[in-house]
Amino acid sequence: MTTQLPPGISLEKVDDRIMTLNVGPQHPGSGHMRLIIKVDGDYIVSCDPDPGYVHRGEEKMAEYRNYIQNIPHLERPVIHDSSNILYPYCLAVEDLLGIEVPERAKYIRVIAAELNRCIYTLYWLAIYGIFLGHSTMFMWPAGDRELFIDLLEAMSGARVTHAYLVPGGIRNDLPANFEERCLRQVNYFEKRIKEYEAIFYQNPILKSRTEGTGILSRTDAIRLGTTGSVLRASGIDFDIRKKEPYDVYENLDFETVVMKEGDSYARSYVPYLEMFESCRIIRDALSKMPKSGSVRTKLKPNPKGGNEEVFKRVESGRGALGYYIVSNNRPEPYRVKISVGSFRNLICMPYLLKGELLGNMPSVYWSLNYWPVEADR
Amino acid sequence: MSSENDKDGQPETTESHGDEKPLSKDEAKKFYEEKGIDFSPDAPINPRPVPEFEKSISDKISSKFGPKITVDYVRAHRIRVSTKKEDILSVAQFIRDELGYDHAESVAGVDYPDSKEIEVVYHLGSYTDEKLASQVLALATRVPREEIPNPGKDSSRMTSLREVFYSVEFHERECFEMFGVFFEGHPDNRRLLLPEDWADIPPFRKDFKIKGR
Repeated sequence: MTTQLPPGISLEKVDDRIMTLNVGPQHPGSGHMRLIIKVDGDYIVSCDPDPGYVHRGEEKMAEYRNYIQNIPHLERPVIHDSSNILYPYCLAVEDLLGIEVPERAKYIRVIAAELNRCIYTLYWLAIYGIFLGHSTMFMWPAGDRELFIDLLEAMSGARVTHAYLVPGGIRNDLPANFEERCLRQVNYFEKRIKEYEAIFYQNPILKSRTEGTGILSRTDAIRLGTTGSVLRASGIDFDIRKKEPYDVYENLDFETVVMKEGDSYARSYVPYLEMFESCRIIRDALSKMPKSGSVRTKLKPNPKGGNEEVFKRVESGRGALGYYIVSNNRPEPYRVKISVGSFRNLICMPYLLKGELLGNMPSVYWSLNYWPVEADR
Repeated sequence: MSSENDKDGQPETTESHGDEKPLSKDEAKKFYEEKGIDFSPDAPINPRPVPEFEKSISDKISSKFGPKITVDYVRAHRIRVSTKKEDILSVAQFIRDELGYDHAESVAGVDYPDSKEIEVVYHLGSYTDEKLASQVLALATRVPREEIPNPGKDSSRMTSLREVFYSVEFHERECFEMFGVFFEGHPDNRRLLLPEDWADIPPFRKDFKIKGR
């Protein structure tokens, strides 16, 4: 019996062996994105990532607002890494308008960026833990995040969407006694996250699920243009804070964390070790920071960029984050392109998940440090 | 003006912006000549020095391709090269094989309705060459722009660079859906971010307006 189908709808012949699964876009296991996975029994035959569920057109919106109005909405893609996503925007606009940033503001920006990197990493670690069935690893980082959220709240007045970095410096100076408080909390934080090692990273169940799964070789990591912790877990020593230092990173003492294995375990271990480096950076920046001085260079009202373009990038919690801004003598940018780490790492998914067990999907997926909202912009 | 020497050539902060009396035309001219700044009206707003290492890279490209390419600017850590869309594959191959750039940071489309063109800019970087780690090379080309777009079927098309830089795969898919530029030779020219039932023009074109703005 043939049924008359409405126009535009066709039926697909279904293979009796291969089954297609939609992971997402509303299932929390994938974040707000869909993975179209074809399975043969328990093994993944192919994976087709389908982002865009939370696409908001940030780049289009930026063309309608001037350089200052763009600050609050451009941090929306990653609200818990908001300093890092605004950082390259500020650098790019400063370059376009020819603004010098006061020395003290540069140090405070670095402190805010590193605090935010830790907040992001803990949030991601919490989700990584819960999707591997380790609920303690959800509770601990989610609680320890509050330490640094409180610090950033004291700095900026907002818990998550700070809009603290602005072209020309930072929005307001540090509160009184901030240095002591920050130092005390960073010291406690460092002691505290050492406990994660025993409960999570040395856990035999976690190791059995992540070691040797989803191996990304060094050559593939370069060829696919991956970035951030994914790249560094595959043995490539590349961190923009070291390779193309912005603001005051060249004066600060820290090291790049590199691992050779390239499996899910290494990819989840690198961001954890980087939190210790972030603590080092914050302590160093607090000691080297000028104790007083201006923190914000005044801009002209409604400033206009020249007839030129600029590309600036920083190292965010998920890898390189670049802003390409084209300006045409108007108060609004002509075109803003945000090149984000999550979008660049998306291409790994079909490669890593092919031939993998379906049960290993969460460990591989979340080890990519992927944030769907950022990838969609 | 002699007080300028105390600041060791540091540029003035705009801290006291608006409080100073503006200089007269002659005073301003003298002021800028003493600082060695180009005062002519067509000088760029932010004059930037041309660094040597970046210049040597752009010279290699220009000596190989000559009039086929234009070096738009050479700045610290940034080079921009434009080429015709017919030559972009050979230029990209040269950049990968001879210069050592190995991955794409982003592929950005820019719509220019006035000149009836869409520009596609590839930002390329390098992980393998230590000297190029801080460099980003922008390779730009322009494709024709149709007044009424018909993505995939009109003349807005160019050769895909996926054969050369594997990492452009998803970036080119995004550029295709957002600007309607079709990439020939791309194995998977489907939509990426937009919904399947999107029935409007490519949204990042300038003639697509946001409601209420």
